[in-house]
Amino acid sequence: MKISIKDVEYVALLSRLELTEAEKVEQLRELNKILDSMEVLNKVDTSGVEPLAHVLPIYNVLREDELRATLPKEKVLQNAPEEDEGMFKVPKIV
Amino acid sequence: MGQYEAVIGLEVHVELKTKTKIFCGCPTEFGGEPNTHVCPICLGLPGVLPVLNKKVLEYAIKAGLAINCSIAEFSKFDRKNYFYPDLTKAFQTSQYDLPIAEHGHLDINVNGEIKRIGITRLHMEEDAGKLVHQGDTISSSFSSLADYNRAGVPLVEIVSEPDLRSAEEAKAYLEMLKAIIEYIDVSDVKMEQGSLRCDANISIRPVGSKELGTRTEVKNLNSFRSVQRAIEYEIQRQIDQVEEGERIIQETRTWDENKGVTLSLRSKEEAHDYRYFPEPDLTPLVISRDWVAELKNGLPELPEAKKARLIAEHGLPEYDAGVITSSRALAEFYDKTVCIHPDYKGVSNWIMVELLKLLNAENMEISEAKISPEGLAKMLTMIEKNIISGKIAKQVFEEMFNTGKDPEAIVKEKGLVQISDEGQINSIVEQVIANNPKSVEDFKAGKEKSIGFLVGQIMKETKGQANPGVVNKLLKDKLNEL
Amino acid sequence: MELSTIHGLRDLLANREISAEELTNQALEKIEKIDDKIKAFVTVTKDEAIQVAREIDQKRSKGESLGPLAGIPMALKDNMCTEDIKTTCSSKILYNFIPPYSAKVYEKLLGAGSILLGKTNMDEFAMGSSTENSGFFPTCNPWDLNCVPGGSSGGSAAAVASGEAVFALGSDTGGSIRQPASFCGVVGLKPTYGAVSRYGLIAYASSLDQIGPFTRDVTDCALVMNAITGHDSFDSTSALVDYPDYTRFLVNDIKDMRIGIPREYFGEGIEPEVEAKIREAINKLEELGAVVEECSLPHTQYALPAYYIIAPAECSSNLARYDGVRYGLRVEDADDIVSMFSRTRDQGFGIEVKRRIMLGTYALSSGYYDAYYLKALKVRNLVKQDFDKAFEKFDCLITPTAPSVAFEFGSKADTIAMYKQDVCTIPINLAGIPALSLPYGLVNNMPVGLQFVGKAFGEGNLLRVAYTLEQNSDQTRLEPSLEGVK
Repeated sequence: MKISIKDVEYVALLSRLELTEAEKVEQLRELNKILDSMEVLNKVDTSGVEPLAHVLPIYNVLREDELRATLPKEKVLQNAPEEDEGMFKVPKIV
Repeated sequence: MGQYEAVIGLEVHVELKTKTKIFCGCPTEFGGEPNTHVCPICLGLPGVLPVLNKKVLEYAIKAGLAINCSIAEFSKFDRKNYFYPDLTKAFQTSQYDLPIAEHGHLDINVNGEIKRIGITRLHMEEDAGKLVHQGDTISSSFSSLADYNRAGVPLVEIVSEPDLRSAEEAKAYLEMLKAIIEYIDVSDVKMEQGSLRCDANISIRPVGSKELGTRTEVKNLNSFRSVQRAIEYEIQRQIDQVEEGERIIQETRTWDENKGVTLSLRSKEEAHDYRYFPEPDLTPLVISRDWVAELKNGLPELPEAKKARLIAEHGLPEYDAGVITSSRALAEFYDKTVCIHPDYKGVSNWIMVELLKLLNAENMEISEAKISPEGLAKMLTMIEKNIISGKIAKQVFEEMFNTGKDPEAIVKEKGLVQISDEGQINSIVEQVIANNPKSVEDFKAGKEKSIGFLVGQIMKETKGQANPGVVNKLLKDKLNEL
Repeated sequence: MELSTIHGLRDLLANREISAEELTNQALEKIEKIDDKIKAFVTVTKDEAIQVAREIDQKRSKGESLGPLAGIPMALKDNMCTEDIKTTCSSKILYNFIPPYSAKVYEKLLGAGSILLGKTNMDEFAMGSSTENSGFFPTCNPWDLNCVPGGSSGGSAAAVASGEAVFALGSDTGGSIRQPASFCGVVGLKPTYGAVSRYGLIAYASSLDQIGPFTRDVTDCALVMNAITGHDSFDSTSALVDYPDYTRFLVNDIKDMRIGIPREYFGEGIEPEVEAKIREAINKLEELGAVVEECSLPHTQYALPAYYIIAPAECSSNLARYDGVRYGLRVEDADDIVSMFSRTRDQGFGIEVKRRIMLGTYALSSGYYDAYYLKALKVRNLVKQDFDKAFEKFDCLITPTAPSVAFEFGSKADTIAMYKQDVCTIPINLAGIPALSLPYGLVNNMPVGLQFVGKAFGEGNLLRVAYTLEQNSDQTRLEPSLEGVK
């Protein structure tokens, strides 16, 4: 199954990656190569096979509803690219 | 609306009142200085991992049971991927295809008719942070500030079937849902603080049609009133649109409370492609039937059952029983009061009339009022024993409402004890008769009404403390003697 | 003393023949001397290291109890968070990120008395097999500076092989510990998924990532495993099992041990000289009393494509948080949030990372989920079932670690060719089981790696067979001449 430049643009938008035209072309070529190499999976009969999302049979890992220390405010903000009034500042949203 | 029928489904988010967040040990407490209720986990710092709060699972199961859902034997979390600055990981940990609870319902009463509303599912998820927009509105703001105190607060999302047909039904559903959640004590369900939030999916179709029309999703419904108004507006907007031959566009709209309109939220509506997949960092859940049974047994009496009981066993009118059971706090107030003073109708009347009047006037919740069930019970006993009159009691009640003082103390302090002493009342009666010859004449001439005026004058002289029975008797005796 | 081991140094330290500070200074001097050529480190934590070393020496002189790794200098791959020490994942997008918290493994190593020399270079976000994808610079193979050290934990492997650090930790999602261990001639172990806490390990593909050691011999591997394994309540996927003392598997005896040789891992795609070395090792093990038998893991060929769906899918989600809001890179002049997100991410991520994000996003996107992601999870199950069956019969499996020895920079420019580097290691991650890479001789003067694969929590068998081979062969302890860097 070949993907098109439109697919690349759609996926780039979903991934929040602003690609240049040259990057789009390269990604298209490489992604198609990779997707081609995955065609082999269609040969595997997986009927009746359960999908394996969690490899270890571990269930119900829960913690008690108990307070733990919060992070000091200066540590919260120490990596903030832009900060104002103790909050993380971002450019306009709409 | 005439030839059209509205089809409405509600998505309700309820914040669970656990001590800590869903995946970390930060406090869930409302408010707080920005970014002080956070840790590496809820900040989504590189490398952190979530661990599910047991209480969240317990509360979700309880909520599911209370709205008649079946509880999943196998459930898991999934990631809902989208970018937004209030989301610290750029995905929301939620549940997709295997929610904790499904296939429930609840019954609502609209204009005396009972209607069953289906509940598709209830699932657990985390809340996002809060954005403060610098500027007047989100669209005119030049920048925004992110506060992640709320990020990771546990939520359940309850999705109804599109079974609602009017704004009124939607409101009734929401009220019933709120009451149930409040009864089982898993959330504060305060719309104004955002612990109860509601989005409405609305479409219209010609009456009799079985197909669903194109729906819009209306957000930003911050009160019961706005839920009702927004739905009414949106239904009419869609009808107008269709009447004008326009198509309804599937979109998200926001309710503008001030203007009373719904507005399209995004001009460039992007496809909702959330790329859900199983959360690899959380283990699946296998819910034991024993635990579910235990939680089910532990559920308190729910509003519907309680209402039925108050009607059948306490002899309350259906309306009164409905109002009292509509809020857990009110019902508890009633229960506690009748437990001490088992005059069901008396207690109910005082709650229905005086208490609700004062609460509405002050725009307060019962939990904020200072009056206690013990106080009300004691006051009712005082009326019964003729220590105070019903009229004085209203004054005492208001004082208790405002200060929480003991009714006896109020009566003493203000000298409100009822005067039943015949000698004392007699002298006032004589004085009033002497001062109001015209009214006495009128009475003699057959104007029975003028006795009311005279009683009023006596009550005025005694600051309302005279026992009305005694006053009536003595006054009549005296007048007849004349 | 140059290429010393933990167990050797431990005795010297205990006997006060050398102090922790002296040892640390030696390591730091060596880094200073050769790391401009090797380029194993992204950050060297000189001052902190000396300070910790002094504290340990003080404790020792006061006779206080010391951890099992007290005074041993080590390095961490730069995807493990270290409080107040820059942690970058070798990515421009995290070029300035200083974590306010530490990974559990780092806390454990500090608790054991180990001394952090610095953070090692890697393929950006652990995506790659050569360390050429580092957002900063490539690391060189100490055996030949024109060759790659393997990846993605190339910096850790090179640091241990060159003697800069006594041991190092790496992470392994599809072979990122074992393949560089093989290329650099050191011991590398990927433990069972869930045996080492991932808390504080910056995720690439959460269901596959696992932290493990690089050491100079098998004994050291067991010692580091003792320090880093164990249940952690901060990691939901951490296994609550009894973790053994791994040194008790250091037994020079494999009599009657049942060893399987899966035929799918040999032949096409494997360099004949590499295969010859592996066969030689297998013969040696047979001589030592093991019962060796060929076997089959029929779904092996599907593991690679399944991995390149599952890992990118998880990565597309794990790497979404690098959006310029809370930490790391942010482009300066964006007008709105979408443009800020998209341009920051475009500038911050390298081409391979972007490729995997896009691949994963595509595989999860509406309409393709079933065909790609769901299919891959089912294939993953089949791959795991192959191993389950094999371990009904065998105590351990042996394969090559990598299809070749270390290659020259730029020689695997083709994406698919690079992906195939991990063909022998990826199935193990899909199954969540442990595997150890042991050096076994040289081909064209470059080390070959032998991979031992065990069942879940069967690290003991791997250590035992590797230890036995080590004790009975002169091919497993390899030292580069370091001629190019002197």
